[in-house]
Formats: sequence, structure tokens, C-alpha cells
Amino acid sequence: MATEILMPALSPTMEEGTLAKWLVKEGDEVSSGDILAEIETDKATMEFEAVDEGIVGKILIDEGTEGVKVNTPIAVLVEEGESADDVEVSEAPAEPAGGDDDDAGESAPAKAAEPASSVPASAALEPDWPEGTELKTQTVREALRDAMAEEMRRDPNVFVMGEEVAEYEGAYKITQGLLDEFGAKRVIDTPITEHGFAGLGVGAAFGGLKPIVEFMTFNFAMQAMDQIINSAAKTLYMSGGQMGCPMVFRGPNGAAARVAAQHSQDYAAWYAHIPGLRVVQPFSASDYKGLLKSAVRDPNPVIFLENEILYGKSFDVPDLEDFTVPFGKARIWKEGKDVTIVSFGIGMTYALEAAEKLAEEGIEAEVVDLRTLRPLDYGTVIESVKKTNRVVTVEEGFPVASIGNHLSAYIMENAFDYLDAPVINCTGKDVPMPYAANLEKHALVTTDEVIAAVKTVTYR
Amino acid sequence: MAARKSAAKPNVSPEELKQYYRDMLLIRRFEEKAGQLYGMGLIGGFCHLYIGQEAVVVGLEAAADEGDKRVTSYRDHGHMLACGMDPDGVMAELTGREGGYSKGKGGSMHMFSREKHFYGGHGIVGAQVPIGAGLAFADKYLENDRVTFTYFGDGAANQGQVYESFNMASIWSLPVVFVIENNQYAMGTSQKRSTSGQDIYERGAPFGIPGELVDGMDVLKVKEAGEKAIAHCRAGKGPYILEIKTYRYRGHSMSDPAKYRTREEVQKMREERDPIENIRTMLLDGKHASEDDLKSIDKEIKDIVNKSADFARESPEPDLDQLWTDIYASELPQGDAVDS
Ligand SMILES: Cc1ncc(C[n+]2csc(CCOP(=O)(O)OP(=O)(O)O)c2C)c(N)n1
Ligand SMILES: [Mg+2]
Repeated sequence: MATEILMPALSPTMEEGTLAKWLVKEGDEVSSGDILAEIETDKATMEFEAVDEGIVGKILIDEGTEGVKVNTPIAVLVEEGESADDVEVSEAPAEPAGGDDDDAGESAPAKAAEPASSVPASAALEPDWPEGTELKTQTVREALRDAMAEEMRRDPNVFVMGEEVAEYEGAYKITQGLLDEFGAKRVIDTPITEHGFAGLGVGAAFGGLKPIVEFMTFNFAMQAMDQIINSAAKTLYMSGGQMGCPMVFRGPNGAAARVAAQHSQDYAAWYAHIPGLRVVQPFSASDYKGLLKSAVRDPNPVIFLENEILYGKSFDVPDLEDFTVPFGKARIWKEGKDVTIVSFGIGMTYALEAAEKLAEEGIEAEVVDLRTLRPLDYGTVIESVKKTNRVVTVEEGFPVASIGNHLSAYIMENAFDYLDAPVINCTGKDVPMPYAANLEKHALVTTDEVIAAVKTVTYR
Repeated sequence: MAARKSAAKPNVSPEELKQYYRDMLLIRRFEEKAGQLYGMGLIGGFCHLYIGQEAVVVGLEAAADEGDKRVTSYRDHGHMLACGMDPDGVMAELTGREGGYSKGKGGSMHMFSREKHFYGGHGIVGAQVPIGAGLAFADKYLENDRVTFTYFGDGAANQGQVYESFNMASIWSLPVVFVIENNQYAMGTSQKRSTSGQDIYERGAPFGIPGELVDGMDVLKVKEAGEKAIAHCRAGKGPYILEIKTYRYRGHSMSDPAKYRTREEVQKMREERDPIENIRTMLLDGKHASEDDLKSIDKEIKDIVNKSADFARESPEPDLDQLWTDIYASELPQGDAVDS
């Protein structure tokens, strides 16, 4: 019986890919394990193996085709004596990779919430670059790589270490090209020993170097928590100012897609709790770049929180020789008079999407991206509250002791008389991250929840 | 298929050989099916396949007794099938459905079965090692004569908590077998690049824990080593280390472009050392089974796997209320250690 070969999903976040190259042609016999094609995903070029045996009856998608959706039939495998022409090819995609939002009962699982794609930097009210600066489109992934490369060129004592950062070029391909350019002395693969290499990084910083320690994800930084909090954050104070710890801990933070409870936690509020740490969680590629460069130069330990889902998103980035963004300065993405939505990191995708939909209903939201959580730009938040008198905060982390909780308290203490409604915190749900697609979607904060919160505080 | 050295005359019955063949084949076919379902978007997130390593769990499970425990990492599908968990429930967990072992909440990396004494399914590299020592601590405390298999990888062997566990297991003589599944790579890092001193099993020596190196492509050798380790533990002599040399044929997880090793290296393993082909040859050469006998086993396995895939697609998604359950318990679990 003939079987269709479908475009495979080759990573947790892949929805489509490029069929880079066919390694078989029509008429070839294949058996299980043979490589059929090379497929480019959002992260890498992967070899795609045959599972069944048979003869390649027909190739349906030419090599070089971009944007082939997962589950599209790409070839037909036939048995001896069978002709591919007799095979009816189904419409693409054969089986949906993700169901529609509300069809919980559907057999195919729904996809994790996918934030809005490319957001033009021109939406920012006060860009961090001079007027007339040339802009280029870059992904967050590229911006991070460029930031590290530039800082490593600038300062020979900056080095990167972590699991798979060198030869593999990063589990999420953030350190692409760094080993080639800077060599094995400065781009270092570690064993899987987070507590050890985080502590080693602290010692190296004491010893005069500027380590960038990559955690494959921040979930694994829990193994290293003691060194981060007890050694990196507190030494300056404990030494009476003699000895600080200038270094960066960076990596993806928060939920990715379908990786369940142990791999999906947002640590923003955890680290923001700690005096002595700087905590950064950018949203746009230009902020990732400018803030990472500032982080490397900062004399303190910096927790630099990235997001896997944002890695592949494109934004405008200024084409400047040395572009930095200062800590402690929020960015207003959209001005509005009716309500202030405060967020950071991937929370911004919900905030901006909500603001856009609210605008259609005549509600003008001001959207503030905190960018850094320590220091936190209270001034910008308070100024905005004075104007709109209503606040909704948005983040993916757990609700108890969240960043939103802290902001609510701060606003109450410092701008109580300006508030026309209680502040609402939109957060992830108070549950470990479930694996099931439908549950995961509900565990995360949603745009609809942000819209509902805005309507509550504006009494609509 | 390349010529294959047939193993030394085994001291096992044809029935046992057939059982190992069946058990390993079930894992292989199950994993291939999981790979397919992943490609179709029915399984999401991380999915770490066990293809190539089948002889490790099948050999050790053959040595275990009812009531013995096991705990492992995220590369756990094979362990669950080998200890008798239901393929339907495992596959349905992979698709995140109500019929899964964790009701769809855990996924590929996080499954558990109190009934089969399977304590997970752990996503944090190395974290299961002290947990395994703790299971053994409970068994010793309860004086129930059980042994715990604590599986971890060559990469995990560099985590500090492994050595903290070795030390505690040794000073308290805990009945735990530390099983290092050395498939020679931790993601894209070969053991050579990450590990000082290549013999991980020798790392127990300073703690007074005996260890040995085992050929993990040969299910009979694994079983034999397992029996020895278990006897040591049950005799009250404390922990034992088995470093089992094995190989994973597929990428680390589904999204691994695998540029860190050559295709020839993988191909050579598959052709010359495959644990399933090994037993197959043994069965045929020894005239313990005919081609037809094996075909009917193949068919039986294929049916089990297809049925599990059907179940995993048809089982409904968990009810939305499930988001809010199982966060706190209202009663103490019924400890299997206590009543078994
Ligand atoms: C503490 C921690 N660090 C990093 C990771 C990411 N990670 C998952 S598996 C893996 C490689 C582990 O290799 P090994 O222990 O040899 O087991 P194998 O995958 O080969 O079975 C890494 C680095 C993790 N899950 N947990
Ligand atoms: Mg390994």
C-alpha cells in the first residue's frame, strides 16, 4: 500500500520549514533509517529519515521550497509494482498540527499560544537611537549573538561558557559562529554541571574576568541557585564594597512549547527579589542587543532572561557600531489615555495584541515595557498612571509574589489618589505547567484575559 | 546486513531469548511510532527516543524481582515498557491525552506508576540520582529487601549530586544499583570532551562502591551483570555501579541535527552491534525459532504498537478542570513499599 510522507515537525516550535534538499529521487528504494531529505527548521538543518520501507513513487514538493507547512505531503512511497499515479494525494496539511482555539474536544491537540510575529520598532515612542539611524531587520537570536560578539571584540576578558555553547553553537543556536571567531579559549563547552560552572564563573569574575555564563535554560539554573544568590549577588556587600561580581548569567526563561512543568518556569520574580542582582528581561531584538551589551559592561551580576519563543521573531535593530540600552529605563510602545498596561519580555506580545484589539473598540491603552526589573523604572509607570488612572500588569509567571503584585503595591503607596480602579495583575495560572496542549494554553496568560482586565478597570 | 559475530553459547532457555527479543522489539517499534507521531505534530515538546539502548532496560528488568524499583531521566519510554507499564497509557501520555499515565499533564519526560514501582521520568539532568538513593533508603528503613535501579546518563555523571549520592549510599549501605547508561553522548558533547577519566564505573571506588563495565548491546551480558549487582544489594552490602556501554541511534531529542558524529559511526553500530539483530541471529542460528516464528512476533508487536497509537489519538484531551487538580494532595499516598 502506498504511504504519503509528510513534512515532519522537527522541533517543539516548528510550524513550517524549507525542504532544502532531496537525497533520494523517484524510483529509489529506501528502507527504514535512510535519509530522505534535508529540512531546514527555525534552528537548524536536519536530516529526515525514512520510517517505512518502499520505493519513492513521487516527489511532491521540489527541493528549495520554503515555508512548507508541517504535515504537508512531500512524497509518496509505494510498494514494488505499484504506481504513484494511482495514489490520491490528500490536501495539505493531512492532519492539523494545531487545532482551533476553542475546539477542546477535537482530536488534534491545540498549539501553545503563539505570540504576534514581527513588531516594527517604529511603534516605540522614544527609540533608543538617534533619528535617521539606519535600521535592519534581525531576529532576537541574531541580535544576541551580535551583542556577545561585539563585546568579546571590545574586551578580551569577556568569555562565554555553558553547555553546548561552542561546538554545537548553542542548544538554541544563540552562540552561532562564536567558536569560529574567538576560539576555544573564550567559547567554552562545559560538562553538565550547573552549580559547578556557575560558581566557577563567580570565581573567574572575582579573578578579573567578565564571564557570560549561558544556562541552556533558566530551569537548570535552579541547580546553580546557591552560587547565583549567595555568592554572586551578596559578595560586594559582604566584602564592604571591595569585591564585586561583574558577570552575566543568560539563557531562555519561561514557557517554550509543550515542554511541561520542569522546563517551563518563569523566574523573573524570583531573581527580582534579590538585592545585588540586576535583572533584565527584554522583548524586542534591539533591546536584547542593547541591554546585553550593557549587561556585559555592568559591574554587577546580571540575570539576563531571554525567551525561546521570541528567539525567532524579527524586529528592527539600529545599524550602529556600538548600540547600548541603559538599565532602568522603560520603553513606551504605544501611547494612550484610558489605561496603562505594564509588561516585560514575552508578556509584551499579549499586551500589544490586547492594545491593538482594544483600540478597535475605542479604548486607548498605553503600553509600557519595563525591560529591566532591577533597576525598575518606577517613574515611567507612575507618570503613566497619573495620566490614565488605571493599570493592568501582564506577565507569564506565577501570580503569588509576582512582579505585578509588587507594582500594584508600589502604585498604591505612591499614586493611590490617582487610581480610579484597583490594579489588576494578569499572570500565568497558579499551577505547574501541564503538558497537554489544551491545558497548557489555559495555564499561560492570554490576550483575552488582558482585554477582560482592561474592561474591568475601565468599567466597560 | 553485515556479518555479525554470534555471541557465546548462552546459558538461557529459548523461551527467555524469545522474551527478550519481544521486549526489545516492543521498545524499538514503539519509539519509531512515537517519532512518527511527533513528526505529525501529535506529540509535542521534547521527545527523547531510546532506540539502540533497548538491551539495557530489558536485561536489567530480566534480573529484577517484583517490588524492585526504578527511576530514570527523561529518556524513559523504554524503561516504562520494560517494567510492564501499558503501552496505551504511555503513548497517550505522549499525545497529552486523558488516557495517559499522568492524565496528559506530564508528557514524554514525566510519567510515573506506583503499581509498577516506576518513580519517573525526571527532566533535570542528574536529579533522579539522589531520588533513587532515597527510594533505597526507604526500602532499607522498611526492611523490605527491595532494590532500586537508578538510571542516569554519561552526561549526568558529571553532576555534583551524583557523588553526594554515592557517598550517602555508601555510608548507609543503601540497596541501590546506580546504572550509568553510557550512550557516549550528552546531547552534542561526546563523553571524551566532558569527562575526565573515561571509566565512569571506577568513580565509585573512592567511595567504596564496586563497579563494572558492561556491554550494553548484549542483553544477556546486561542481565548477568544485573543479577550480580542485585545479589550484592540484597545481601546488604550496599550500592553497586554498572556502567553500561550503549548507543543511541537517533538524535538527542527530535530537534537534534546530530552534526557531532558521523553517519558512518551510527551506521556501523546499527549494522554490527544492534541488540535486537543480535538476539534474532542467536534465535535463528540456534534453531530456537524459525523465520516464521519471528515474523509472528513482529506482527504481534506491530499490533500492540498500532493499538497504542490509535488509543493515543482517540483518547480525549484532558478536561479543562484538570488544570487545577493534583496540585495539593488531600490524603497521604498509600505507600507501595509499606504494603508490598
Ligand atoms: C540540569 C540540567 N541541565 C541541562 C539540561 C539539558 N539537557 C537535557 S538532556 C542533556 C544531556 C544529558 O546527557 P546524558 O546524561 O548523557 O543522557 P542521554 O540524553 O544521553 O540519555 C542536557 C544537557 C537538563 N535537562 N538539566
Ligand atoms: Mg548520554
